[in-house]
Amino acid sequence: MSERFAKTGLLTRFILKRDRFRLSLWVIGIWFFTIIVPLAFESLYPSQSERDMMADTMNNPAMIAMVGPADLSNYTIGVMTSHQMLLITAVVVGLMSILLVTRYTRTDEEDGKLELIQSLPVGRLSTLNATIIVLVVTNVILAVITAIGLSVLGIESVDVSGSILYGATLGATGILFAMITAFFAQITESSRGTIGLSITVLLGAYLLRAIGDVSVEALSWISPLGWVPMTEIYANNDWWPIFLMLGLAIIFFIAAYYFNSIRDLGSGMLPARKGKIHASRSLQSPIGLAFRLQRTGTIAWAVGMIVLGATYGSVFGDLESFFEGNEIFIEMLSIDGGTTYTEQFIAILMVIVALFATIPPIMNVIKLYNEEKKGRIGHLLSRSVSRYQLLMSFLIISIINAFLMVSLTAIGLWAAGDAVVEGGLDFWNIYGAALAYYPAMLFFIGLAVLFVGFKPRFSSIVWIYLFFSFIVLYFGELFQFPEWIGKLSPFGHIPGMPIDEFELLPIIWLTVGAMLLMIIGALGYRRRDIQE
Amino acid sequence: MSILKATNLTKKFGDFKALDGVNIEVNEGEVFGFIGPNGAGKSTTIRILLGMLKATSGEAKIFGKDVWQDAVDIHKRIAYVPGDVNLWPNLTGGEVIDLFVKLRGGNNKNRREELIERFNFDPSKKCRTYSKGNRQKVALIAALASEAEIYIFDEPTSGLDPLMERVFQEYVLEAKQAGSSVLLSSHILSEVEKLCDRVGIIRQGKIIESGSLNDMRHLTRSNMIVQTKKPMDGLAQLSGVHSVEETGDETIFQVDTDAMESVIEFVSRHGVIKLESAPPTLEDLFMRHYETDAQSGGDS
Repeated sequence: MSERFAKTGLLTRFILKRDRFRLSLWVIGIWFFTIIVPLAFESLYPSQSERDMMADTMNNPAMIAMVGPADLSNYTIGVMTSHQMLLITAVVVGLMSILLVTRYTRTDEEDGKLELIQSLPVGRLSTLNATIIVLVVTNVILAVITAIGLSVLGIESVDVSGSILYGATLGATGILFAMITAFFAQITESSRGTIGLSITVLLGAYLLRAIGDVSVEALSWISPLGWVPMTEIYANNDWWPIFLMLGLAIIFFIAAYYFNSIRDLGSGMLPARKGKIHASRSLQSPIGLAFRLQRTGTIAWAVGMIVLGATYGSVFGDLESFFEGNEIFIEMLSIDGGTTYTEQFIAILMVIVALFATIPPIMNVIKLYNEEKKGRIGHLLSRSVSRYQLLMSFLIISIINAFLMVSLTAIGLWAAGDAVVEGGLDFWNIYGAALAYYPAMLFFIGLAVLFVGFKPRFSSIVWIYLFFSFIVLYFGELFQFPEWIGKLSPFGHIPGMPIDEFELLPIIWLTVGAMLLMIIGALGYRRRDIQE
Repeated sequence: MSILKATNLTKKFGDFKALDGVNIEVNEGEVFGFIGPNGAGKSTTIRILLGMLKATSGEAKIFGKDVWQDAVDIHKRIAYVPGDVNLWPNLTGGEVIDLFVKLRGGNNKNRREELIERFNFDPSKKCRTYSKGNRQKVALIAALASEAEIYIFDEPTSGLDPLMERVFQEYVLEAKQAGSSVLLSSHILSEVEKLCDRVGIIRQGKIIESGSLNDMRHLTRSNMIVQTKKPMDGLAQLSGVHSVEETGDETIFQVDTDAMESVIEFVSRHGVIKLESAPPTLEDLFMRHYETDAQSGGDS
C-alpha cells in the first residue's frame, strides 16, 4: 500500500518550491483583504446608528442573494464583516483551491510532465497525495493567520472565538473545493474540463444558496456555500457547518483516490465527447473564427456586466437616507443644489460602469496580437485573407461588443434600480447617460488598434491608460483633483449625465479621433512584419 | 517558365542579417528542394514569399506578382504548410480543415474525405489533444485538398511516421504530375532526393549551391569500394582520389567525377575482384558544404 504513495514527501516539497510565490500570493492576498475590511468598516460606520442604516440598505432581496442572510438587528462591525465579506471570500478561496489543484494534477498530466515523473520510482497516487497535502497545508495556514489577524485587530465585536471560526470557515471551504477538484481531475480528460466542472459546482452552489436565501430555504441546505452564512460568526458562532463541509470533503477525497488508483494515465473516467467533424457555415470566415474564439468569454463578460449593473442598481432604494448619514460620500458627490443624491451617484457610477465595459472590447482587439504570438495568424494570412480583412474582423466584434457591454450594464442597473426605487427610474435617462460614454470607449478601441498595428509588444500601455482613467475619474471626485487631470482621459470629456447637460462637441471629436486611430493602426498593421 | 522567383532577398531583424541576397527560382511543374541547417533562413525566406515578412531589399515574385503587394491574389493560387502547426485548442481538426479550405476559396468534399482517410486522421477531436504529427496532418489535408499551382511546404513531415511520410510523397508526385510546382523545405534529405528535380542549399542566409541533383553530383565525388588481387600502392597519391581507407581486403575511397577514367584504369591494372561505385547522396553533398564552410569559418 505504501508503495502507491512512494516519494510523496519529495513531490510535496517540489510543489512548494515551484509555486512558493503563487501560493504565498494567494494566501497573503486573501488574508489582507479579510483584515482591512473590518478596519474600513470601523472608520466608515463608527456609530451603531450608521451601522443600522447600513443594515437597512442590506435588507433587500438583491443584497441577500449576493452576500447571504445575517442578523440585521444586531449589526455590529463583526456581524457586518462576516455578513458582507465571508461568503464572497469563501468563493475566492474555493477558486484558489480549484485552480491550484488543477494545476498540479490535470495540467501536469496533460502537458506530459506527469508521465516523466511517473516513470521514476514514484507511487501511482503520490502526485495526487502531494497535491492534497499542499492544499490542506495552504488552507490551514490561511485559516490560522486569518484567525490571528482578525483577533488582534482590537475591535470589540470581532472577538477571538468568532475570528477562529472565520478562519476555519475559509479553510474548510478551501479544503472542500480542493477535494471536489481532485475528484473531477480523475473524471475528466483535460484541465479545462476539470476547471470547468469544478467552477460550475462552485457557482452552482453560490446560485443555489442565493435562491435559497431569498425564497426556497431548502436549497441553501443542500449547497455547501449555503452553510457558510449559517456559521453566524460574531453572533452565535456555530461550528456544525465546518464539520459538515469537512465530512463532505472526505467523501470526495476517498472517491478521488479510488478513481486515481484504477484509471490509466492520461485518461478520465468520463470519455471525451466526439467533436464536430465539419465546421458550421458561421465559422468559415475570419470574422466567424474571431467570434467563435471569443464567444465563451463574451458571454461570461455579458453576464458579469449585467450582474455588476444590477448590483449597483439594487442599492438605489435606500440611497437618500444612506448618504445623509455619510460624510465621505457627501464629500465625494460635491453636492450642488437642485439634484438628488441618487442622480449624482448615477453620474459617477456611469463612468465606472463604462470603464469596466471597455475591458472586453479592448481584449477583443488585443486578441488579434495574442493569436499572432501563438503562431496561428499565418494560417489565415497565407490563404486569401488580407491584413485589413483580418484586422476588421476583430475590430468589428470589438465595436459591437463595446456597445453590447455598456448597454447590458445600463439595462442591469436600470432594471434593479427601477425595482427598488419608489416611483421607478426613467430608462432613457439611465441608458442615455451610459451610452454617452460609447465614443470614449471607441477611442480606447482605436488606441488598442494603433498599438496592435505598430508596436504590439507595448499594447499593455492601453491597460495602464484605462487604469489611470479609473483612478483619476473615481478618486478624482473623492480627493477633488483639479478638473484638467480628469481631462487626461477621454472619459473625462464626456458630460456626466444626468447631472451635466448633454454636449455634442466632445462626442463628435472623440468619435473622429477614434476613427483616425483605427485607420492609422490599420495602415500600420498592413505594413509590419507578422511575428511568428 | 519560372513560377516563383526571388532575387537578392535580404532581411534584417535589427542588426541581425537573417537573409543576405537569397536567389531562388522555381519553374513550372518542378519540385524544388530547399535545404539547410536550422536557423539558416529557410523559414524566413518562405515567410517573405508568403507576404508575412517584408524583405529589407530585393525582389520576390510569384506568378509574376509582388509577394508583398499582391499577397491575397497570390494566395488564391498557392497552398502552404508550416513546419510548426499551431491550432486553436477548442476547435476540432475537422472544423479547422473546413475553415482553411473555405478561406482559400474552393471546396472539394470528396478530396477532403479521401485525404482524411489516406492520412488516417480523426477529425472529430479537439485540436488540443492532437500530437505534433496530427496537427501537421490538419495543415497537410487542408493544403492538399485544394488544387494549387504552387505548394509551399516548410518541413511538412517532421512529425509524421514513415507510412504517412510516404503518403505525403505520393501526393507531392501526384501534384507534380498534374503540372503544379512545389517548394519543399526539408530536413529529411532522402525525401528531398526522392522528390526534387532541383535543390538549393542555404547557409547563414546565403544560397551556397543550387541546381539539379545530377549537376551537383557531377561537381562532386563518387564513393568506391574496391577489392583487388595485388595491393594498390600509390592509390592515395593519384590526383582526384580522396579519403582512402583500408578495411580488411577492401579499399574504400572517393573519386572526383572528372578523374574517374584514370582511376578506373589504375585500379584495373591490379586485378579487380570486386568494384562497387555509388553516386554521392544528398547527405554527402550537404555535409561536404557544411564541413568545408565550418573549416573555413574555423580558419578565419
